[in-house]
Parts: sequence; C-alpha cells; structure tokens
Amino acid sequence: MKLVLDHFDKAFENRIRLQIMSVLVANENYDFNSLKELLEVTDGNLASHLKALEKEDYIIIYKSFQGKKPNTTYAASEKGRAAFIKHLQALENLIKQQKI
Amino acid sequence: MKEKEIYTELSSIRHLMERSAKFISLSGLSGILAGIYALIGAALGYYLVYGPYGGLQYRNYYISEQEVLWKLFLIAIVVLILSLATCIVLTIRKAKKKNQNVWNPSSKKLLTSVSIPLLTGGIFILILLLRGYYGVIAPASLIFYGLSLVAGSTYTYTDVKWLGILEIILGLFATLVPGYGIVFWTIGFGILHIVYGTIMHFKYDR
Repeated sequence: MKLVLDHFDKAFENRIRLQIMSVLVANENYDFNSLKELLEVTDGNLASHLKALEKEDYIIIYKSFQGKKPNTTYAASEKGRAAFIKHLQALENLIKQQKI
Repeated sequence: MKEKEIYTELSSIRHLMERSAKFISLSGLSGILAGIYALIGAALGYYLVYGPYGGLQYRNYYISEQEVLWKLFLIAIVVLILSLATCIVLTIRKAKKKNQNVWNPSSKKLLTSVSIPLLTGGIFILILLLRGYYGVIAPASLIFYGLSLVAGSTYTYTDVKWLGILEIILGLFATLVPGYGIVFWTIGFGILHIVYGTIMHFKYDR
C-alpha cells in the first residue's frame, strides 16, 4: 500500500487544483474567466490555486492584452502533464489493489 | 480513500475534461427543424423547375433561365438563414437550461473550425453560379457542408462527424450522377438532418 501512496501528488491533494489540471490537460490552453465559470469558484480561490500549480512548474502562464483588458491564459507544462497522468495512474492502481 | 470515492473522482475528472473541451449544448431539435425547412425548400424548388405534374425526366424550365435561377437562389438563402437562426436560438436556450455559457472557449473553437470550410464552400458555390456551372452546385454544397461538420466535430458530439461523413459521401455520389442534384440535396439536407436531429434529441436533450 505504501508504495502506491508515494505516487500521490501533494499538489493534487486539493480538488480544485486537480480539476484545473484536468481542464488544462484536455485543452491547448484556457483563460482565467472561462476557468472560473467552468469550475464555479471565486477569483481569489482560483488565483491562489493557480499560483500553487505555477510554483510546482506544472502550468505555464501567458499574459496578453485584449484591447485594454488584460487577458491571462494558462497551459499545462510537460512536467504538469506527466504529474497528472502519474496521479491518475496511482488512483487507478489503488482501485486494482483493493480488488485483490 | 474508499474505492467508490476514487471511482467518482475519476469519473468527475473525465467528465470535466470532456465538458471543458467540447461544446455540448447543440440542440437536436434545431436539426429536425432545419431538415423540415430543407424539405419545404426542395419541394418549392422542384415545383418551380418541373411544374406540378413532372417526374424527374420532363422539365418545364431549365435552371439556366435567369428568372428561375434567381428564385431557386432566393429559396436556398431563406432556408439557410432560417436554419442558422433556429440553430442559434435553440442552442442558446439549451445552454441556458444547462447553466452553461454559450460563448466559451469550446464554442469559439467550434465556430472557427466550422466556418473555414463553410465559408470556402459558400464562396466556391457563388463562383460556380457566376460561371454557370449549375450542375455541380448541389454536390459542392453537400461536400463542403460535410467537411465543415467533420472539422467541427472535434469540439462537440462525435455523432456530428458521422453526419458529416454521410454528407460527403452523398455529395460525391451526386457528382457522379449529374442532373439529380435535387434528389441528393433533399436526402442530405432534409432527411439526414431529420434523422440526425431525432437521434440527438433522444440521446442528449431529454
């Protein structure tokens, strides 16, 4: 059992962080407001979780302007993608182990 | 974590990935209505060209006559505008019901990927009209419409891809048998839309 738990990613312990990551893995990129609407979270909540993922180098941030409005989009980094897949595999392995 | 919890977690992740990448508020009902408009349009067009008693062999008019041509063009445009308007209105209504934003990243991607082949086809058909190649207009409209559906299907239900492939096949057959454009057009835009819309309506809308 312990072996499996090692693969669990601390960064994904939080549900919203895991959700953010799954959206970014499924899409080329996603902007802040669309992410906020999709996950139904507040500005501050989303920003803090994005910051945590950025700290791990799991996501890449692109800042640009649409007219005068700042537009921030996010994309999953290679490292983040790999970590996400590993985390899902750990979850699936856990199910398999419990069945044995 | 309990086994059940992991299952729900995994399925909610999968659901979220799909929901974020695909626009799933397209209305099935609008497909049925578009098919009905197309059938009415095709019947009017048929009446115009073949008269009230004609089979497919005897024509009262040939399409090359300017007056008939303009009437057919007008019918086609009205069918197109009505179908698009119905699709937009019903899709917005369905999105509101599902509490989904109509204007989101996936609907934007859907629109751009559909509009490139569709606009190319539209311009291509206008050029065919100008040059007088009337025989290939029905096949061209089916083929380009099919291509745009296949292009857009990445960002919405996969069923749309199958509708697109069927339209392309019909378009190719129509090119093979010139003179029966209206038959293929009626099948492609009328009957296929009604069948597809009905399937979608029962699969996703209820």
